[in-house]
Amino acid sequence: MNVVADQPMVTVSGVRLELIERGRGRPLLFLHPGIGIEHSAPVLEHLARSARVIVPSHPGFGRSDVPRWMNTVDDLAYFYLDLLEALDLRDVVLVGVSLGGWIAAAIAVKSTERLSALVLANAIGIKPGDRETRDIVDIFAATDEELAALAWHDPAAAVRDYKTMPDAEVTIAARNREALARFAWSPYMHDPKLPHRLHRIRIPTLFLWGASDRILSDAYGRAYCALIPGAQFEPIGQAGHFPHLEQPEAFARRVLAFAGIK
Amino acid sequence: MSAASPESSSMKVFHFTEQPYFPAWEDHDGSLRVNLPNRKLDPKVAADLLHRYYDEWLLADEIGLDIMINEHHQTATCMCSTAVVPLAILARQTKRARLLVLGYPIGHRPDPLRAAEELATIDVISRGRLEMGFIKGVPYEFPCSNQNPVGVMDRFWEAHDFILKAMTSHDAPFNWEGEYFHYRQVNVWPRPWQQPHPPIWSTTGSRNNARVLGERGYVMATLGTGYNTRPLYDAYRDGYVSKGRPAPAADRFAYLGLVAVARDEAEARRRGDLVAGYLRTGTIVHVPFRNPPGYLSVEDNARLLKGQTPPRTRAKDGRVVDMRSGNVQDLIDGGVLFCGTPDQVFEQIVAFCDYCGGMGNLLMMGQAGYLNHADTVDSLTLFATEVLPRLKDYRQPVAEATAAA
Repeated sequence: MNVVADQPMVTVSGVRLELIERGRGRPLLFLHPGIGIEHSAPVLEHLARSARVIVPSHPGFGRSDVPRWMNTVDDLAYFYLDLLEALDLRDVVLVGVSLGGWIAAAIAVKSTERLSALVLANAIGIKPGDRETRDIVDIFAATDEELAALAWHDPAAAVRDYKTMPDAEVTIAARNREALARFAWSPYMHDPKLPHRLHRIRIPTLFLWGASDRILSDAYGRAYCALIPGAQFEPIGQAGHFPHLEQPEAFARRVLAFAGIK
Repeated sequence: MSAASPESSSMKVFHFTEQPYFPAWEDHDGSLRVNLPNRKLDPKVAADLLHRYYDEWLLADEIGLDIMINEHHQTATCMCSTAVVPLAILARQTKRARLLVLGYPIGHRPDPLRAAEELATIDVISRGRLEMGFIKGVPYEFPCSNQNPVGVMDRFWEAHDFILKAMTSHDAPFNWEGEYFHYRQVNVWPRPWQQPHPPIWSTTGSRNNARVLGERGYVMATLGTGYNTRPLYDAYRDGYVSKGRPAPAADRFAYLGLVAVARDEAEARRRGDLVAGYLRTGTIVHVPFRNPPGYLSVEDNARLLKGQTPPRTRAKDGRVVDMRSGNVQDLIDGGVLFCGTPDQVFEQIVAFCDYCGGMGNLLMMGQAGYLNHADTVDSLTLFATEVLPRLKDYRQPVAEATAAA
């Protein structure tokens, strides 16, 4: 379970992983949503002013490899438990957005030994409604324009021009879309077992919720929050499904404050 | 099946229709597949159409044509949502035609044991007339089946391996605990008529997959690839000879094209325009369903994001043919539509086979689009009486493998 570094690539449990680190202090593991994370994202700078921010691309996302057998969020959760051990991280603030929130919850139900705080932002992973309720928008049935309007407070901020983007970044966008389906196609964006395991999380937990999100409802977030003992729910204004992108400064400030980091 | 035997070099022609529900084609909101509400189908109209299409297949059997059927899901372009139904009906009601399913979408069906049982039963009822085409399924159908499009080819090949093992194991139940499918006591009753199993076909549009099909020696079909077909066939040939075999005979290749024949050229072109309705409607699908994640490779998806879409079909002179907007002449030039008098259709098909370096199975869309029953019967009959005998006599070229692929 050793780590072989080849910046920004490391090898963990035999998987070559893209991983960057910024800043010093308490370790903060940031788990990105299905759209991946750009290393230039301002939220990482805001967080890195007061913490040691560790940002992997999940297996299959970004430039990270994915072994053929790895195809569930539980697989990713066990993999990140390996990463925490391999880097010997302790007292970790675990932060996840959307898919990253689901992975973070799946990690925390297995072990919180190395964790001290958990922040789930607009997290997917559960299905509170009945079988005929579409709790999570079917993003694979939506056009890019529909998706931007549903996911963003300011849909104009979602526009990406692939035609002028460097090829390597276009390839990453294509990899991210495929990898999200790999882990979340069916059961769609959730694990039916997760609600029955969330009670095991007994560290301070914050649900930070982009209030303009229409991929997930506010009620969805509150139902999720109610399954974790003592968890707090805080809406974050002027932000949709990706509050770390639309309100990076406020997002970082609230995460750090919740974790007790100055 | 040696390359030199006369039987294998004699062309087979399969009559095919997608069994379209064309009455719904003028009343949609930008999508004929997946999400077109099924209230737009009148079951009484559907019954009349389905019986009509079966009558046309029975006619094909009588006049010396073979038969191809397929399945699609949740679509007004094709009312057959389960290939086993037409196979079962035709296995019983036809007398001589080969029955080709192209294909059975094992890439997104959940249960290959069921597939093996169904196909073996069809083979027995038809007394060994089944041709077994396996496909992964078109992109629009993964939202319907909800199978994960990521890894579809891995699932396809595991289902393929399982079905073959199920059809060729005769002495004791076997165990299968694979990546996608789990069974512990597999012992298919009835076992297939044809030994060791019905012939295997597949389709492709990619050179990589064409080479894989060549290595396996299966019959490879391409659909409407026109004068862009040769590189795919050459990739197949390279794969075929890489296993130490001589160049593949024409019977290893199949091509799906539209066909409209009439005594009179103007009438044939009128019919050609009606069958082209298939091409003009086939891609009317709500945009997000056209390319589910993981169906195409990352490299292909990156090219799509950058707005690069290589043309599927070209005319002989290299001109790109747009199948959705092309007129009858464009489609004839592109090798997508064989249309005209019997003489003209014969010449067009032979020119295409020569270009391909041999193509021994014409998958003839003898009914498509809006073509009505009377026109279909007339066109099929003319084809069978005046084109087919000459195609049977035509000597296919046998191209050597090339390094072009």
